[in-house]
Amino acid sequence: MTKRIKAWLVEKYPAWIFLAVLLLGWEYVVAQEWVASYLLPSPTQIFQTTVELWPEIYAATLSTANSIAWGLGWSAVSGVTLALLFFAIPIVRRAVLPFCIFFQTVPIISIAPLLVIWFGFGQPTVRASAFIVSIFPILANTLTGLQETDPHLKELFRLYRPSPWQLIFKLQIPSAIPYILTGIKISAGLAVIGAIVGEFIAGGGLGSLIDAARTQQRVDLVFSGVVMSSVLALLLVFIIEVVSRVLLRGRPYLRKL
Amino acid sequence: MESSGQTNTQSAPARVIEVQHLVKRFAGAEHAIIDDLSFAVPADSCLSLLGPSGCGKTTLLRLLMGLEEPSSGVIHVAPAQAKHMSYVFQEPRLVPWRTCLENVLLPLELIHQNNQASQAYALDLLQQLGLDERLQHFPGELSGGMQMRVALARALVTEPKIVLLDEPFAALDERTRFRMQDLLLELKSRLQLQYVFVTHSIAEAVYLGDQILLMDSTGRARDWRGVDFSERNQALKLAPAFNSIVQTYSQLFSEMERNSTASGSGESRP
Repeated sequence: MTKRIKAWLVEKYPAWIFLAVLLLGWEYVVAQEWVASYLLPSPTQIFQTTVELWPEIYAATLSTANSIAWGLGWSAVSGVTLALLFFAIPIVRRAVLPFCIFFQTVPIISIAPLLVIWFGFGQPTVRASAFIVSIFPILANTLTGLQETDPHLKELFRLYRPSPWQLIFKLQIPSAIPYILTGIKISAGLAVIGAIVGEFIAGGGLGSLIDAARTQQRVDLVFSGVVMSSVLALLLVFIIEVVSRVLLRGRPYLRKL
Repeated sequence: MESSGQTNTQSAPARVIEVQHLVKRFAGAEHAIIDDLSFAVPADSCLSLLGPSGCGKTTLLRLLMGLEEPSSGVIHVAPAQAKHMSYVFQEPRLVPWRTCLENVLLPLELIHQNNQASQAYALDLLQQLGLDERLQHFPGELSGGMQMRVALARALVTEPKIVLLDEPFAALDERTRFRMQDLLLELKSRLQLQYVFVTHSIAEAVYLGDQILLMDSTGRARDWRGVDFSERNQALKLAPAFNSIVQTYSQLFSEMERNSTASGSGESRP
């Protein structure tokens, strides 16, 4: 594992050098007072603020992470379940799927106030917001995976007159697994957005930390909120990757079809 | 020559597969892909289906398996055998996320016969096919020849009486192909199988078939006769008797090609 991390670091070294140049340039620009530090704080200043206010930032990050995990977890469970339902009962799919697609086009920011009315201020609304934005890619990807089973394999199964259940469990679900994983990865990014947007309106977590820092003109704190939310998103993708590898260890052919 | 088929099968005791006036026309197609085809396979006899590419050999095999419905005509398979047929596709068609062993067990799972006895039989088959050290490998980790052997084991694990094979060795290199041909002959006598083997290779058809049905590009039977060799091994391919039969078919092939070019495209048959 460490060998692979080392290889990855070496492979990506241009990106690391570019990052260093970027941060140094930024630091220099602010130090020379070419830009006012209350508009663009220097990286060291952001770092200092983060260290100083770490207990607060940490608590906010944890709260946001909790909402994201809740929203994404439930959208994975219900997205896959709904997709299976739609797949198994085509008439339900034809009746309900168009509305799912329509619902998906409604911007989360426009329904967030409605969520506050229903769920009140605080975490329930944030969780609902993360859930709503992240369910559709999982649903759509799972459905595609189930429907796009290799017709050749389907024909092979047909030789042995399988029951619909055998087809679903032995052929269609395994074929859909790479699609489900892709859906969850797409949704992970969206769940972070959903949670932060929810927090802007309903309060709590990094969203309201960023919002409060803005009203207080604390641009450095805004920046550390932003950095923490992207760290969350990266961490989430990393966790999904690790979990899927562990769950499918010994079955590498389920991850890349 | 057209009557040789009749004389061949008249004395045969029982017909395991009987096909009468079979026609298959795909929706929207101008010509039938199989046009008025009749033949029979007697008990204990293996049939080679020979013909140029696109003449409907695969379609005929799929019709025999029930993967396609005939447009008209009759396919009759003796009831004792009808339930014990299996099919080998042109490509191995293994399930990529299942190991070699799990691929072979798949048919047993699907027909609810995945018990200890049949698992032991599966392992035995895999050993006979020289795959006993690859049981836990995935198809993606096996060579083409090994994948085909797994596919063969999968087709045999349900203990079929008739195996339908659709050019299974076409994609293999020559040495592997020869080994697979001998393996098939060996399995045939050991497991008392009958097979229908589709190929466009004349030598392969003559080597593997007790009877050879030659189809032309219009989906009709061009020739149907039995070939009888007391012993089949690779040395047979050098024997004059073998080569004269191959020669006859080569001539028939070029005759068919001449006819189809002489009468032009979209020709109407009498």
